[in-house]
Amino acid sequence: MKRSSRNLDPGPSSGKLKFSFFPGCSLKASGHENTLSLLKFCQSMDIDLVELEDWNCCGSSSAHSIDKRSAKYLPMRNLSLAPRGVPLLIACPSCLLRLKSSFLSIKADPALRRDYEDFFEKPFDDELEIIHFFEIFNRVDLKDHMEILAGTLKGIRVAPYYGCMLFMPPDLRYEKSHTGIIEKSLKSLGADIVSYGYANRCCGTYLSVAKPDIARKVVNEIIFKAMEAGAECLVTACSMCHLNLEIRCTLDNPIPVLHFSELLSMALGAEDHKKWFPRHIVDPVPLLKKRGLLA
Amino acid sequence: MILLDDGCPDFAGEMGEKTGIDFNRCLQCKTCANGCPFIDGMDQAPNRIIRMIQFGMAEEVLKTSTIWVCVGCNTCSSACPMAIDIPALMDGLRHAALDRGVEIPEPDILNFHQEVLNTVKKYGRTHKLEIMMRYKLKKMDLFSDMGVGLKMLKKRKLDLTPSRVKDMKAIEKIFQEP
Ligand code: SF4
Ligand code: SF4
Repeated sequence: MKRSSRNLDPGPSSGKLKFSFFPGCSLKASGHENTLSLLKFCQSMDIDLVELEDWNCCGSSSAHSIDKRSAKYLPMRNLSLAPRGVPLLIACPSCLLRLKSSFLSIKADPALRRDYEDFFEKPFDDELEIIHFFEIFNRVDLKDHMEILAGTLKGIRVAPYYGCMLFMPPDLRYEKSHTGIIEKSLKSLGADIVSYGYANRCCGTYLSVAKPDIARKVVNEIIFKAMEAGAECLVTACSMCHLNLEIRCTLDNPIPVLHFSELLSMALGAEDHKKWFPRHIVDPVPLLKKRGLLA
Repeated sequence: MILLDDGCPDFAGEMGEKTGIDFNRCLQCKTCANGCPFIDGMDQAPNRIIRMIQFGMAEEVLKTSTIWVCVGCNTCSSACPMAIDIPALMDGLRHAALDRGVEIPEPDILNFHQEVLNTVKKYGRTHKLEIMMRYKLKKMDLFSDMGVGLKMLKKRKLDLTPSRVKDMKAIEKIFQEP
């Protein structure tokens, strides 16, 4: 991402949305098509993203499982790097949980705050806003862009897949819920939303590596149910879910799995998708052609 | 509370302190067990883990596969009528199992976590290819699942070189023993 010419200060006259962007390891080092299409989407929506300088891994489940110390300080370091006054936008649902839960604990616990301030030698920023990519849909009037586009996705039958991202642990249960964002936005673009009962079934995350049989079973179940309900594709909002649904599916002729950001960008007329689709195991191009999204 | 003769009566207190969970709140309604997508891979259901803690069955709990198979997806805790943070409990139990040196029934999962942390320690970010290679080496099983590995490489889902943090001093400090 280009950083040079971008200025964090929005300035008095500019109504443009600006965010610091935390990609996380999954988007940065594996789901490139997710990152590229997400950046493209933001560009089309005139939203400025500046990658968080020198961010690190949030620690993910592994630090939480076996190493308390890094589980505590890895998310904290990211908080300490976030520039003041600019919301921190996170695209990966599990990174979001880690950073947000770290932020709220520091806010609530004076001893932890001292620990943070000693460790990183800077004051804790109480005001830092940490938001998920979906929050964009609450802040931008998509209609401005979408009215002309209504119908772009016409006829495509989509099974939205959230995985576990809408499930919050008890300490975050009063945070804003993003239930329905995929349905609402894709519907406004003309897509048919298929309901199949497995939209919130967890994809298995790292069991995909350590317990492939268990992961294969849930993944097949999810995709099978979506196909049975008549979906032509699944749409994911997490790079890790996308990877698992692709690599662990052993069904015959499975439907393609698209990133939410890819479908949005296609609807907004993105043309640089040549780098995205060859990275998919199930090629979405025939479907997109059939539905008139690709020539 | 019923205590077993040979149980460890302080276990519920100890785990409660570590995780902030009051085990007496659990209704044994089994909402957690019914919703868990991975229950087939567990030897004890999540509600039973809580019951066993109440009974002081420390060793038995710490040796379950459940505490390792749980991925912390929050399907259970977001539906639990008593707002019990089951993933936080599982984290606490895993730490206790490692601290006490009990035998880990899911060595592959532990191996995976260790390899993930190794790359974070080295680069500040995870490096999938290295995690997979080293995981397979340690498991001494290079060839099962080869198809998936090759497919991932072909579709460039595994970057060959790691993405790195510049300020590695800061990462070292995080991983330093206090
Ligand atoms: S859902 Fe909550 S209250 Fe019900 S059995 Fe599980 S932990 Fe106990
Ligand atoms: S958090 Fe663990 S116990 Fe709860 S539903 Fe998910 S895998 Fe099952």
